[in-house]
Amino acid sequence: MSESLDQTLAEKILTAKVGRPVKAGDIVVVPVDLAYVQDGTGPLTFRKMEEMGIPRAATPSRSIVFLDHASPPPRRELAADHVYLREFAARTGMILHDIGDGVCHQVAFEKYVRPWDLVVGADSHTVMGGAMGAFATGMGSTDVGVAIGLGKTWLRVPETLRFEVTGELPRGVMSKDLILRVLGDIRSDGAAYQSMEWGGGAIDRMPMHERMTLSNMAVEAGGKCGPIASDGETRTYLAVHGREADWRPIAPDSGARYAKVFDYDGPSLEPVVATPGSEDNIVSVTDPSLRDVPIHQVYVGACTNGRFEDIAAFSKVVRGEARHPNTRVIITPASKEAYVLTLKSGHLQTLLEFGAMINSPGCAACPGVHGGIPGDGENVLSTQNRNYKGRMGNPNASVYLGSPLTAGATAIYGVITDPRTVV
Amino acid sequence: MGRAWKFGDNISTDLISAGRFYHLRSNLPELSKHTLEDARPEFAAGVRPGDFVVGGRNFGKGSSREHAPIVIKMCGVRAVLAKSFARIFFRNAINNGLAAIVCDTDRIADGDELDVDLAVGVVFDRTAGFQLPFAPLPVVMEAIMAEGGLAEYIAKHGDLATPHERAGARPDAP
Repeated sequence: MSESLDQTLAEKILTAKVGRPVKAGDIVVVPVDLAYVQDGTGPLTFRKMEEMGIPRAATPSRSIVFLDHASPPPRRELAADHVYLREFAARTGMILHDIGDGVCHQVAFEKYVRPWDLVVGADSHTVMGGAMGAFATGMGSTDVGVAIGLGKTWLRVPETLRFEVTGELPRGVMSKDLILRVLGDIRSDGAAYQSMEWGGGAIDRMPMHERMTLSNMAVEAGGKCGPIASDGETRTYLAVHGREADWRPIAPDSGARYAKVFDYDGPSLEPVVATPGSEDNIVSVTDPSLRDVPIHQVYVGACTNGRFEDIAAFSKVVRGEARHPNTRVIITPASKEAYVLTLKSGHLQTLLEFGAMINSPGCAACPGVHGGIPGDGENVLSTQNRNYKGRMGNPNASVYLGSPLTAGATAIYGVITDPRTVV
Repeated sequence: MGRAWKFGDNISTDLISAGRFYHLRSNLPELSKHTLEDARPEFAAGVRPGDFVVGGRNFGKGSSREHAPIVIKMCGVRAVLAKSFARIFFRNAINNGLAAIVCDTDRIADGDELDVDLAVGVVFDRTAGFQLPFAPLPVVMEAIMAEGGLAEYIAKHGDLATPHERAGARPDAP
């Protein structure tokens, strides 16, 4: 194994998997530690596995089917897909997370992803696993079918962009604002085929749920993965989830070679939003152009920002306030855990009294399947990760992206509002 | 020969195969009728076998839905040309035997008559009278493309190893 101290997180993990030193640019065949599909990609994965002659799981206990996008199914075609997925899981011994358990990436993070893992998922936001100190990447159905059936995949070892964030994020600013700012700076192909590695004092001090948002949106810059070192915070997260034995530290080498290093000053960050059409159209939340845009729907959810802490952040902003009469509020917990904690903490009551609706855990309206499709000409402020034309199920609606705190302030005033005025 | 259907930068997989048709993903013939609908509504009805989809930068950005290249291929598209591709779309295209070619598409106009020689690595614009050379795929992807896709490759070879690796060399050996 390599003794040289010049490896990035991505190179380190892939070196350990391959069993010989690898560097950016190498093409490698690697064993996969965790592979999963969801209900939109899984049916094609399994049909392809049957076509390939490998309708089985190499490691059933590390191969998972999540029924999350149509949870519960709004149409009989999707219910039929679920029937097939459940049957295939039962036949192969794969783990099944049925409707109501939550978004694949969130549940995988709570229960399965470990530091040093090579994770492959048939969903682009699989990159969220990077916050665990894993190499986690999204692929298509057939690639993941091979990963499930044969237990391996091929990869080009990516170059790494290092994002160094100093200090601390100020009041009213969340990691969502940081990643949106980065997207505005490097654009939606700024990390194409590369690893987005995060570090610096602000990341070291950042709680896990906030780190997850950073890793989640690596793919919005075209990134292959978004790894973050595994440290004491990682250990605490795993311990809270009954998995402390899964903890292993990992950090990039001090002499790691980066394609580029980007420095951000945490204290000078501000709340921002992405305006409709692309996640890299970034403006300050105080931008005058936002003042005259009525927000018809506020959506809090998705693997990006549907965790308990996100819902609680929203709830604390709106507690005791009146919802703007023309702004409906839809909350979709990212997992059953998030939902239960929202209930036990009392936030569920706050949210219902504020006039919010609560969806079952899952993806719901983010990818436009169900649970809050906006109408023609309507504007949405969502905590999700994408705002492409048609993304929420209607090409004639407009989607703005922001943090849960910005969502809270916006739900009160009916237009996108600076959360620093209310927190 | 086929016509160029020109698209801009950052064509997302939502524009190629929208989320509101999620329920059609197990009904690919129906899903393919909505290919690129939110980018050019006339595309699916007007495209003819042998035509080309021509994008700008970052074609296929966004989700991992493999249905995106599959429905483009089902429309009879010969190849997708772009200045750059988002990585999951690129893998998915090759995995389904859909040629995804990186070249400078700025000079190609909508409606130009195009041809391609995949073996030589050149796109011909017969209307404007120029050629665009392009680089070969990485060895591992070339092997997958040669079999018509990843499923076909695995069905035939039973494993992921490239011909080079089966011969004892590393998969990235020249």
